[in-house]
Amino acid sequence: MSPDKATARSYLDIDDLSIVLKHQPTHRLLRSVGLHVMPGEVRGLVGESGAGKSMIGKTIFDILPRAVEIVEGSVRLGDDELLKLPQSARRKVIARTSALIPQDPLTALNPVRRIEPQITDRLTRILGVSKSDARERARALLDEVHIRDPESVLRNYPHQLSGGMRQRVLIAAAFAAEPKLIVADEPTTALDVTVQKQILKLIAEMQARHGTALLFVTHDLGVVAKICQNVSVLYGGKIVEDTEVKSLFARPTHAYTQALIAATPRYDRPDESLVPVPAAVIEATQHEIAAADDAWLGARQAGGRR
Amino acid sequence: MSEPLFDVENLYVSFPDPNHKTLFGQMPMVEVLHGIRLKIEEGTVVGLVGESGSGKSTLGRALVRLLDPVSGSIRFAGTDITYLDENALRPLRRDLQVIFQDPLSALNPRLTIGTIIGRPLQLHGLANGRREALKLTQEALEHVGLPTAFVARYPHELSGGQRQRVGIARAIATRPRFVLADEIVSGLDVSSQAQILTLLADLKKDLGLTIVFISHDLSVVRRLCDQVVVLRHGEILENRPTGPLFEHPEHPYTAELKAAIPLPEVDGDWLNS
Repeated sequence: MSPDKATARSYLDIDDLSIVLKHQPTHRLLRSVGLHVMPGEVRGLVGESGAGKSMIGKTIFDILPRAVEIVEGSVRLGDDELLKLPQSARRKVIARTSALIPQDPLTALNPVRRIEPQITDRLTRILGVSKSDARERARALLDEVHIRDPESVLRNYPHQLSGGMRQRVLIAAAFAAEPKLIVADEPTTALDVTVQKQILKLIAEMQARHGTALLFVTHDLGVVAKICQNVSVLYGGKIVEDTEVKSLFARPTHAYTQALIAATPRYDRPDESLVPVPAAVIEATQHEIAAADDAWLGARQAGGRR
Repeated sequence: MSEPLFDVENLYVSFPDPNHKTLFGQMPMVEVLHGIRLKIEEGTVVGLVGESGSGKSTLGRALVRLLDPVSGSIRFAGTDITYLDENALRPLRRDLQVIFQDPLSALNPRLTIGTIIGRPLQLHGLANGRREALKLTQEALEHVGLPTAFVARYPHELSGGQRQRVGIARAIATRPRFVLADEIVSGLDVSSQAQILTLLADLKKDLGLTIVFISHDLSVVRRLCDQVVVLRHGEILENRPTGPLFEHPEHPYTAELKAAIPLPEVDGDWLNS
């Protein structure tokens, strides 16, 4: 698939995105990142801690910390170029079209509010749905995420629910306003494996039914294999591999990706030796990044002079 | 036949239950471990697996007497340690070491690595004076693959993987017979995780350590452990050598846990299985 074709159809389009520290504008945290998610597609975003996964998520939701600055690139949601809009308009577009399934279901829910308003807020405030309609919709959504007694759960406070139930509530809330894009940020990392499997199944089911574009951020290659069609591998703020999940495991092209796969233990291959990402691979990848940085800086300086 | 290093009989542990407390009077107790029986042979690595709330950490903590059992008995190297008080436990502490999940909160941020590892050696009388403590500390650091210059560093100056190595160095510095490792790789990236697992396997071989390795990750457990104990709701469901347990789980719950692990390979049916 050519990149042009992908751009023509995708819902989320991040192109050439570079983010720097404000007080150190030559140091890039994201390095000319390109990321595209089509409607109905589940794209994995994989990387180790510090790779810049959450920086990309924060860019999409316009919640970047003050210390950083977008110096180049574009972020498009549907037909709206976010970076060209004033902040209030930008936030409106984001609220109307996108939703987040967060990592920690306990901190993401307000502990002193009942579940109902935490689902219906989005409907009443953003879509202007009436309160009674919103309540009806919330109940239907809890039904859809297989919560058995939606009526009583709507009246519950978050602490009264188990971790898996809370994550179901957050999934319901994310899908409430029929968003075009959902970013799931490590949504199962805090859960037990059996609950993780149920939640992955639920996310896949909801995503397929609603035809949402889903960006699934995770560090777990196993989860990527089971839920994503395509995947972008991030290292040091740079996408080092962008491919179909099938070929990621069959023929990983980048040395870093290969090393990451080799470092992941599998219970079905106990005799295979477990190799940490070799120093040589890290070094080569960092060289690659440094070279890209030099080229980028050179181009920017040349552009600035012109 | 020689005596096992740990011999746990009919162990019960309860905690106060804050969810059902009344305004006055004693907090009701909730039973967390129900009659655990477990033998651990010297020189083996035993995995404790189970989901949150299964009691795996509680069992681990009871073994090293970080908590007080209600009834039953724990024999360590022939000594009944079930009800020993802190004074009586002190001489045993050097043999019962713990590596914690989050090394950042387990390492005192105001002490150098040298003090963190060295001071317990002096307290246990394993080193005469600061110089000898420093020497043993440096040996411990080398053992876990860290530069000896780290004695002058503080925990916040290290990466997550390095900090976990310091946690391991502190645990092995007293030359213990037993180490409890509670979810020690779950906060790490796969690459650091692979390094720490390799290190633990080496330490077991070199030092003849007995390790109880608590983890929710069965792939990691399979890699490291000789024997696996599956816990649920405070009871042992299955306790067998690792290979047979994985190849032919006897308890349906073990099979369920295994089937829930997403392996890094494409399998369209997994989500619906």
